[in-house]
Amino acid sequence: MCSGRVDLPHVFRAFSNGVDGVFIGGCHLGECNYITHGNFHALNMTLLAKRLMERIGLNPGRLRIEFMSAGEGIVFADVTNDFVKEIKELGPLGEMEGINGDELRTRLDGITKMVPYIKIMKNEKLGTPLQNLDEKDTLFTAEEIDRLFSEMISYYIDPEKCQACMTCARRCPVGAIISAKNQIHIIEQDKCIRCGSCLEACPTKFGAVTKLSPGESVPPPPPEDQRAVVRKGKKADDS
Amino acid sequence: MEYCPVQYPDVYNQEISDNKAVHIYFAQAIPLIAYIDESCLYLKEKKCRICEAVCKNDAIDLTQKAEKVDIKVGAIILAPGLEPFDPSVNPEYRYGEFENVVTGMDFERLLCATGPYQGEILRASDKKHPHKVAWIQCVGSRRVTPGENSYCSMVCCTYTQKQVILTKDHDAEAECTVFHNDIRSYGKDFERYFDRTEQLPGIRFIRSYVSITKEDPVTKNVTVRYATPDEGVKEEEFDMVVLSVGLNPPDHFENLSEKFGVELNSHGFSKAILSNPMKTNRPGIFVSGGFQGPTDIPESVFSASGAGSQCGALLDYRRGKLSTERVYPEERDVSQEEPKIGVFVCHCGANIGRIVDVPSVVEYALTLPNVVYSQEQLFSCATNSAQEISDVTREKGLNRVVVAACSPRTLEPLFRDTVREAGINQYYYEMANIREHNSWVHSREKEDATEKAKDLIRMSVARACCLEPLQEFDLPVDKRALVVGGGVAGMNCALSIAEQGHEVHLVEKEKELGGIANRLHYTLEGMDVQEYLRDLLGKVYEHPLIHVYTDAVITEATGYIGNFVTRVKSSKGLSEIKHGAAVIAIGADEYKPTEYLYGEDERVMTHLELEEKISQDDEKVVNAQTLVMIQCVGCRNEDRNYCSRVCCTHAVKNALKLKEKNPEMDIYVLFRDMRTYGFSEDYYREASGKDVKFIRYEPEDMPQVEPGKSEDGRSVLKVTAPDYILGNKLEIDADIISLAAAVIPSAATKEIAGLFKVTLSPDSFFKEAHVKLRPVEFGTDGVYLCGMAQYPKHITETINQAFGAAGRVLTLLSHDTVVASGSVCEVNESKCMGCGACASICTYGALELRETKQGKKAVVNPVLCKGDGLCNSMCPTGAISLKHFTDEEIMSEIDVMVPAEERMQKFKTAVGDV
Repeated sequence: MCSGRVDLPHVFRAFSNGVDGVFIGGCHLGECNYITHGNFHALNMTLLAKRLMERIGLNPGRLRIEFMSAGEGIVFADVTNDFVKEIKELGPLGEMEGINGDELRTRLDGITKMVPYIKIMKNEKLGTPLQNLDEKDTLFTAEEIDRLFSEMISYYIDPEKCQACMTCARRCPVGAIISAKNQIHIIEQDKCIRCGSCLEACPTKFGAVTKLSPGESVPPPPPEDQRAVVRKGKKADDS
Repeated sequence: MEYCPVQYPDVYNQEISDNKAVHIYFAQAIPLIAYIDESCLYLKEKKCRICEAVCKNDAIDLTQKAEKVDIKVGAIILAPGLEPFDPSVNPEYRYGEFENVVTGMDFERLLCATGPYQGEILRASDKKHPHKVAWIQCVGSRRVTPGENSYCSMVCCTYTQKQVILTKDHDAEAECTVFHNDIRSYGKDFERYFDRTEQLPGIRFIRSYVSITKEDPVTKNVTVRYATPDEGVKEEEFDMVVLSVGLNPPDHFENLSEKFGVELNSHGFSKAILSNPMKTNRPGIFVSGGFQGPTDIPESVFSASGAGSQCGALLDYRRGKLSTERVYPEERDVSQEEPKIGVFVCHCGANIGRIVDVPSVVEYALTLPNVVYSQEQLFSCATNSAQEISDVTREKGLNRVVVAACSPRTLEPLFRDTVREAGINQYYYEMANIREHNSWVHSREKEDATEKAKDLIRMSVARACCLEPLQEFDLPVDKRALVVGGGVAGMNCALSIAEQGHEVHLVEKEKELGGIANRLHYTLEGMDVQEYLRDLLGKVYEHPLIHVYTDAVITEATGYIGNFVTRVKSSKGLSEIKHGAAVIAIGADEYKPTEYLYGEDERVMTHLELEEKISQDDEKVVNAQTLVMIQCVGCRNEDRNYCSRVCCTHAVKNALKLKEKNPEMDIYVLFRDMRTYGFSEDYYREASGKDVKFIRYEPEDMPQVEPGKSEDGRSVLKVTAPDYILGNKLEIDADIISLAAAVIPSAATKEIAGLFKVTLSPDSFFKEAHVKLRPVEFGTDGVYLCGMAQYPKHITETINQAFGAAGRVLTLLSHDTVVASGSVCEVNESKCMGCGACASICTYGALELRETKQGKKAVVNPVLCKGDGLCNSMCPTGAISLKHFTDEEIMSEIDVMVPAEERMQKFKTAVGDV
């Protein structure tokens, strides 16, 4: 397992368990044990995590990544001692940030739920090793993270057009589409990760899925007793 | 052991501490079994027999006698090793006279956790920590005094640096002084290591001869006299002086030589056969390791594996005849059972037990959920302890095993095997590292270390609950090999593989085989390189199992261990080669200097070009009045922070050859450190004796070269260099200048590394799997390494490594199948959205997208997956997961890291699963 395996939810989970600081240790950049140079990915993940922490009001100094070799025991000890000192100065999690525990947990829970969406939007950057380490602080900016949330698109199934063919539901990677035979399908917005698989999957002859621009509100789904599908083709045959 | 009344000096701990007549040789001894030695009272005086009476198992038999056993063998490898130099042969070293003068070996034991003072560095005189320590280099080496050795022992410069670093580790305030001659950091990454040591605070490297003058009668401090250019001769007092003793041939080498009929050199080591340093004058008897001469670990491993490979060539027809297949008990299906975990906590002798309160940890483990059994063990890795784990697992019906001991890096395979022996899946094993991560780093915080051990075990137990049984799978092995590079390394390696009955495809980019050796004519020891090459080439071309491709380019390399497919475009046309193993032996290049008018003035050349001209008896060269060699051109600098290893010897070799042809010639060698390590030191001394002038320069004060006229009106190159002895500038009128141009990685290195998916070191030479322990293998399975592609080296060293690589290749090719790890990625298709983020970052090519009814889905080729898990964190939906390191497994550890009772009330529940 490589340091690049360390994932955003792991970090957030540690904080939500009340840990005051998280340290990620990786091999020296450019000296990969594999051929993947995954430590660059770990670095990118850390940089993104720090911005997300800022967004929810956590001090990003509580997360640190350092690169060293197995032969550098002294460096490891020094870095660890230094980090512990830094965290002690920051004090217990939440206290210095002025956020109470329940609130902090809610915020961490919220951001964790957003991870799939964040990854979809930022995967290209996450997967591209930094050529110039001076760009570390600007790889992800606070404004960029804000935009990620303010410019969030949505997907919506038009009840008029949906033919309840279940294609989109089968394709949805997170099971966010309520689908039943002969029932209009509905996207559960809080489960949706905005990947667009449903839009792609919906047969063009139906064209029932629409992408809504940021700010456009998603119309509420029809009440449960009004979800029976109206089959256009069949209706024509019957008449 | 407890009851034995005999106390006598412990030989393993350099007689600094005591041992009993009944003892275990040392903490990691194999087998880890107690024995009784000659100091036993019964054996000496027929008294005592206490141990016999207290041993409950009747395991002691004091009547045992040495037996003679006849064993018939087809080949013999002599690997008697080396002995440290004993400084008491020269009273000037004051060893044995002054209490606080110790040898490097003594100090090594003092540093060690299993040493005489459990890792505390203490002085013999007062058992206090020395604060000011001096090391004296070249003790017993590079000296012509009777009883000492004229050669360089090769390892002392770097072991001293290691000891300095560890001393600073023990005591950050320690003041360390190293009195040295040349610093010989000629090994891979040694130059960086030296830099690192030198830059530590409180470290002084002083280039000076020294004498140990007196001992303070009260403090027992030791005074050392030395000289510096600025301050002249001075004396300084140290708390402790470490003699960096060199290496002697094995004890009783004459005996060995006589018994086996092998010839020795003048120093008492095996007499080298230059074309094959592992051979002796007696066919079928080989040597490896230190018996070839002083040597470092990687070189010992080269020759060990290489000698093994040569035995293979002799005895291949009997391969496998004496081995029996290991049969494991059938695996019990425990997937429906509740986890029943056993926790074994290891003392590791004193390593863990001295710091961590092991019994309390065992007690704690029993309180953890699903733990049904726990016990302590002295050494869990010992054969009997491992057996105990198997037995207990079976008896108690355990279905998960946690061993709290050392790093999984070394012993996880052993314990997996142990678990397998108990009839459960080997992936139901989990290791808590309470040594490297705990007792070794918290030796001064015993209580905290005990608490941390509990934390680590709690996490391991949580993870153990989530473990799943995984299946490893057998891959077939194609019995052919590919060797990339047809130089001395590639050809020797190919021959050794072919001689053991395997087909070899040898691929060379040039029109001719031979590599850089084509430009060498003689070696320091007198080998005719061209004759050697002709002979080698003949053997390669004549061998029916070797297929040579010249003018070759590798266009594609795919596949994996046991099953590679490589496409080659060569003078034979396009070929597709299927092979089970690949050896990278692409050699290195010569740096084209931009310094010292090279390329502008034809009188400036490199050492290789000089050698060419010497061998052609070029008049301008051979008849030159004055010739200047400048060392370290293009390396040991910021761009290339390594030593090219071969150039100092190369300079001495050419200087001696020139002196032979023209004794009148004035030869100057401008050097930074003369690194004529090993037996080459004798030739360095010979060159000095023949009036070759060796003049040192520092990188801040490089020699200058400009064209000019000499006093007698000759057109010359004026060389200006510092003279540290006289403290002024030295001006030399040179007719010829020869530059020790750096050895640089082959231009093809990056391309080949990409094709075979192997890694490079910081200096862009190929990176071996482990610099000391696996120096001829790559981290990438099925790919091996030898020759200058790994690092610059001499011909004999290259031959050792080439055979060494062949030995490792044979270990693979002699099997019909190879086992692939079960810890690989798998895709949950229903969660996969087909975005391809995983496939785009997998440089192993283990992932691809395939069209399905439900759109594109990622598919894992488990054979190519190396288990780094990068794709897991790229996947937005958690569709791909690395088995054995799943989110569930990782989260389980994170969740129990902070014990529930310590967690703040407000953090009662954790954030939801991904």
